Amino acid sequence: MDTCRDVSALVSRAMDARLSWVERLRVRFHLAICVACRRFSRQVQILRRAARQLGQKGTGP
Amino acid sequence: MTESRATRPTSLRADDLPAFRPALLRYATLQVREVAIAEDLVQNTLVAALGSLASFRGEAAPTTWLIGILKRQIIDHYRRMSRETPLPVSGPGDDPEGDADLLDRLFASDGHWVTKPAVWADPEGSLQQEAFLGVLEACLKGLAGQSGRVFALREIMELEPEEICKDLQLTQSNYWVLMHRARLRLRQCVERGWVMEGN
Repeated sequence: MDTCRDVSALVSRAMDARLSWVERLRVRFHLAICVACRRFSRQVQILRRAARQLGQKGTGP
Repeated sequence: MTESRATRPTSLRADDLPAFRPALLRYATLQVREVAIAEDLVQNTLVAALGSLASFRGEAAPTTWLIGILKRQIIDHYRRMSRETPLPVSGPGDDPEGDADLLDRLFASDGHWVTKPAVWADPEGSLQQEAFLGVLEACLKGLAGQSGRVFALREIMELEPEEICKDLQLTQSNYWVLMHRARLRLRQCVERGWVMEGN
């Protein structure tokens, strides 16, 4: 049984690398039952979008 | 700095360059925490730009062109740093809060979150967006050490993980650990500063 600690690391890794199918299944299963990790998963994506905007703000017209 | 396509210059003069310094410095301080180093990098950028003014044809806005040069300077700076002093993934001074036990502080011994991530209000709309970016920027400044560096290269400069590993001489798993720590710390910091709703 995966813990939030394990799954959050996988969620983070999935932002930069392709997980194995077993890992993807583990994440999906855990997220289905864990609201805290679902929020974490959404937040790392918000962080990515926002950080990119921050970088582009400097370059944009 | 407002540059619409219609008025975009097709050439740059040496006199034009100093006006871009504030924008470049702002960008540089997103990447490097030390102001003195950021200023050096901007200075080098302007000198390098001066030497290649002739190659500026106005295909990109001047700021974009200059930030392109600045990015190169930042990457070279990190490359030099990691060659001179290979930085440990976490070590003394890497994180004022003590990165080694970051995970132990965030997760209980049974692996559950000590404090569950909260619901974030979606930063929709330009005003909210600005506010969110303000919080994120402040949090990024507090993200010291190697994990802050790696996060900035990946998420702000949008480099590929392979490139970052090569430049900073990191293994893939070091990279993952650093990114994960950066995300956990940023998430926590942003959550303290960001307006929450529901829960």
